[in-house]
Amino acid sequence: MNDAQMIQTDVSSVLSPEELSEIDAELAHVPYKSGAAIDALKIVQAKRGWISDQSLQAIAKYLDMSAEELEGIATFYNLIYRRPVGKKVILFCDSVSCWICGCDGIKQKITDVLGVDYGETTQDDAYTLIPVPCLGACDRAPVMMVGDDLHTHLDEAKIDALFPDKNKKAGGNS
Amino acid sequence: MPTIYIDGQALEVAQGENILEACLNAGMDLPYFCWHPAMGSIGSCRQCALVQYQNEEDTRGRIVMGCMTPVTEGARFSLNAENATEFRSAVVESLMLNHPHDCPVCGEGGECHLQDMTVMVGHRDRRYTGKKNTHRNQYLGPLIHHEMNRCITCYRCERYYRDYAGGKDLGAQASHDHVYFGRHEEGVLQSEFSGNLVEVCPTGVFTDKPFLKHYSRKWDLQSAPSICSGCAVGCNIAPGERYGKLKRVHNRYNHEVNGYFLCDRGRFGSGYINSDARLDYAGIKKPDGSFMAVHQQQAIDTAASWIKHKKIAGIGSPRASLEANYLLRELVGAANFVAGFSDSEAEIMGTIVRSLKNTTASNPSIKQMEAADAILILGEDVTNTAPRVALGLRQSVRNKAFELAEQMGLPPWQDAAIRNLAQDQRSPMIIVSAMDTRLDDVASRCVSLAADDIASFGYAVAEVLAGGKTEDMAVNEAAEILLGAKNPLIISGSSMSHAGIVNGAVAVAEALGSQSKPAMLSLCVAESNSLGLALLVDSGLKTKPLSISKLAKKSSKLDTLIILENDLERRASNTDIELLVKAAAKIVSMDILENSTLNNSDLVLPAASYAESQGTLVSSEGRAQRYFPVYQPAAERLPSWQWLLQLADACEHKTLSELEHFDQVVSACAASQPLFTTLVDVAPMRDYRSQGQKIPRQTHRYSGRTAMNAGVSVHEPQQPEDTESPLAFSMEGLNRDEAASLIPFVWSPGWNSNQSLQKFQAEVDGPLKGGTAGVRIIQSTGLGALQSSEPAEQILKSHQWHLVPVHQVHGSEEMSANTDEIAELAGPAFIAIGQKVAEKLGVTEGDGLIVTQGKTDISLQVKILSRVAKNCVGFSAGYSETLELTAGSLVSLIKDQQWVRPTSQMIATDKRTGTQGGSAHV
Repeated sequence: MNDAQMIQTDVSSVLSPEELSEIDAELAHVPYKSGAAIDALKIVQAKRGWISDQSLQAIAKYLDMSAEELEGIATFYNLIYRRPVGKKVILFCDSVSCWICGCDGIKQKITDVLGVDYGETTQDDAYTLIPVPCLGACDRAPVMMVGDDLHTHLDEAKIDALFPDKNKKAGGNS
Repeated sequence: MPTIYIDGQALEVAQGENILEACLNAGMDLPYFCWHPAMGSIGSCRQCALVQYQNEEDTRGRIVMGCMTPVTEGARFSLNAENATEFRSAVVESLMLNHPHDCPVCGEGGECHLQDMTVMVGHRDRRYTGKKNTHRNQYLGPLIHHEMNRCITCYRCERYYRDYAGGKDLGAQASHDHVYFGRHEEGVLQSEFSGNLVEVCPTGVFTDKPFLKHYSRKWDLQSAPSICSGCAVGCNIAPGERYGKLKRVHNRYNHEVNGYFLCDRGRFGSGYINSDARLDYAGIKKPDGSFMAVHQQQAIDTAASWIKHKKIAGIGSPRASLEANYLLRELVGAANFVAGFSDSEAEIMGTIVRSLKNTTASNPSIKQMEAADAILILGEDVTNTAPRVALGLRQSVRNKAFELAEQMGLPPWQDAAIRNLAQDQRSPMIIVSAMDTRLDDVASRCVSLAADDIASFGYAVAEVLAGGKTEDMAVNEAAEILLGAKNPLIISGSSMSHAGIVNGAVAVAEALGSQSKPAMLSLCVAESNSLGLALLVDSGLKTKPLSISKLAKKSSKLDTLIILENDLERRASNTDIELLVKAAAKIVSMDILENSTLNNSDLVLPAASYAESQGTLVSSEGRAQRYFPVYQPAAERLPSWQWLLQLADACEHKTLSELEHFDQVVSACAASQPLFTTLVDVAPMRDYRSQGQKIPRQTHRYSGRTAMNAGVSVHEPQQPEDTESPLAFSMEGLNRDEAASLIPFVWSPGWNSNQSLQKFQAEVDGPLKGGTAGVRIIQSTGLGALQSSEPAEQILKSHQWHLVPVHQVHGSEEMSANTDEIAELAGPAFIAIGQKVAEKLGVTEGDGLIVTQGKTDISLQVKILSRVAKNCVGFSAGYSETLELTAGSLVSLIKDQQWVRPTSQMIATDKRTGTQGGSAHV
């Protein structure tokens, strides 16, 4: 058995019937199975929070792609997570408008409150902090997203209000 | 032909090429990275920038990429404009931000395209003081070393590996400044052509792993033009030597044969030449069975006393040169010479020679096969039997894409656009085989049939082509695609050990010919000189060459048997070998590595390998090609042709004792039959001189010549003299634009890497300035090949299976299998079955099966294939464990209850221990 076969896992033992039916719905719209790759990754990530090696191999097998091919797609997009993330992902804009409006201080405040730096997840798995180049809301800078919610005109007080029960001393893990 | 202007200079350029090609053709040094002559342009590296002007008045111009800009009549460009040179320099500087300063410890150093381009653009001082990106490297198997930090993200590796070679397990990952090229997980690269990454990568990300273990710089290597002996394709190679060891094998460009690429067997399979199992001295068998080392002269005198005025016979070899086989035949007399084929090989080679001599079809080179727009493959797993041909076929199926591109007005070098346009539309290729082949992924249809049925399939297609009718959809489809094609190609060969399949393929080609549709017919044969040997012994009659077994049966009493580079165990049954050993009072044999035949001999002579000798090999294309010694054989080894010539001399042989030099042997061989007349033109003779000097095997920067043996003796040895070839063991002389068969390495001022090849080509991607190496010696009469009748059907008992040989690129070839890395990749011998049979027998992959063939029982590991013809099982062909199994014989299978499943071997190299997901680079 070669390596490629060795990593192939049984699709249905990894992906749930619900995930598979959602992927099937996407497959109906594309001429090539691999055309549904991004949607399939988003579907699985929506259920599990991130894409594990096992999920990636199962999706690749289901779409008749090699794991390498799908890996190329999964790692190309910043919002497909190939490592576990917290329940909510904080996408913090550090691009030029937010920087002019003082995002550096806000970021420091978040780090102080949550105890995590970029790329880290709080110990209680609640939040992962990730920088993002722009959220398209420069008129309301500085901005960030927490989960699906956009937070604008950030200042330190808003950070405190957003994470009221966070101990300042909370440590992060990487 | 359009005229373009570059820096005011008018250039006549070829219609359809791009500006980069036009500049290179004009001898201008325009730097590039991502463009490759075989892979076209994608414009990703931005290195080949120049300025294009609207018209004569335009003095400002705009930056364009040379590789993406087609030539147009009157177009004006500047290579030397300041903004162009600054731009190119800035591109290199930006690549250097992350490129480590590790040239002194890098395997690419001294032959690095990135080094060359950096010097060419004039970038010297680094302004960047920040941290460099670092990546985690992957274990990619025993052949390729991975060092991602050196990557300049030109995407050549991915484009070669996936787009060109059809590999699936290497890809680009991530984006912007952390792009990574590697596998999803660490592990052995699965492509049979992974080694070309070493030459495709413009820097040191992918380097030759075995070479790194005993590394020398390119400038310190002594090289010679050579021919790969790994199979019958005849790829041109440039092996490099230092300190008496063969260090590495690089591709040597041949426009018609291998182009820029080799297979991994050819590139990495020569390690056996440095093996400890090689003989240094001749040996005479003592009564206790051990051998006593003797000097050359003593060995020759002893052998001569056994040969002169005695009843002798000789066994030739399909892996020895034409000259050595010819000499042995002359020494023992044609009536006492057998080719050294097995029974089935002898029959098939007879069929193939007769077909090639008379067919109306042409026997194509790989270059010609790449132009095929419909392909029918009968019985061959080409990737494993003639690997480089399979790489060519992967390009043939793209002709559909080029056709679509032409309709859209896209030039053929617009690689990304054409691939995007065609998606998975390919030219038709139908594969009829007993089991999975490694080309199934690009085939339009795969048909699984037993050997006899594959032959019948061929005849059925021929019948339909001649106007017949059949119900069989696959047969009809095959006939249809071949008839509808401009350049139909039929491929078959000897790997199934079934002459009927070859006849079936010939029948198809002839049927096309009689429809006045000239077909290409390529017949794969087993070994590097199988065809040359078969031609040598071909009598022109409808008889087949004598096999080893036939010799065993007809020789009851012999004084002396001489065996040339042939391990009989691989080609004859144990009973026949015993008969031969008993019949012959004395056996003299010469070979490269120790084997059972040498141990059965009374006198053994150490033969030089291909890297230490010269000779002519005839490839399956019928192309005779010469290989030259890279270095002189060590100790008392001699090339087989020299052993035989000295033996002939000691025996006072009438004609042979007049010969002294290799060239004289070639001339004598050429005079021996009309087909061989052109052998004298295969390569220049030994008196050839360039500018009054021989061609140097060493680069002009070859260092340490007077010191490299100082560890043994401070007395500087005299350089060996080469009296037999136009090449010298020296750095003196000119290696430039010589006959294509005489270029030992490529190098040009400013171009230290293999990209300097373009300076040797008459035009980009064209033949070399010195022509194309090799001479095609088979001229078909065109009368049409004879066809024998259809094979009779065999009736199987239940629980019996037909044995089908399964050839493996790593492991099935005799010599390369003795190379450590190849042996590792070959894995254990196996029995290959389909899923249903596995369920029936109650086994899964990795279990053991006892295979019973007549009185022979062998336990083999189970390998499960995805498609297997009814009643067929495959066995790993050419593995020492399976030599007793015969293709086509009937076997029974039973689960081996005592079998211990092999434990999977963990790879320890820098593997992370954590269980978290994520690819290695994040």
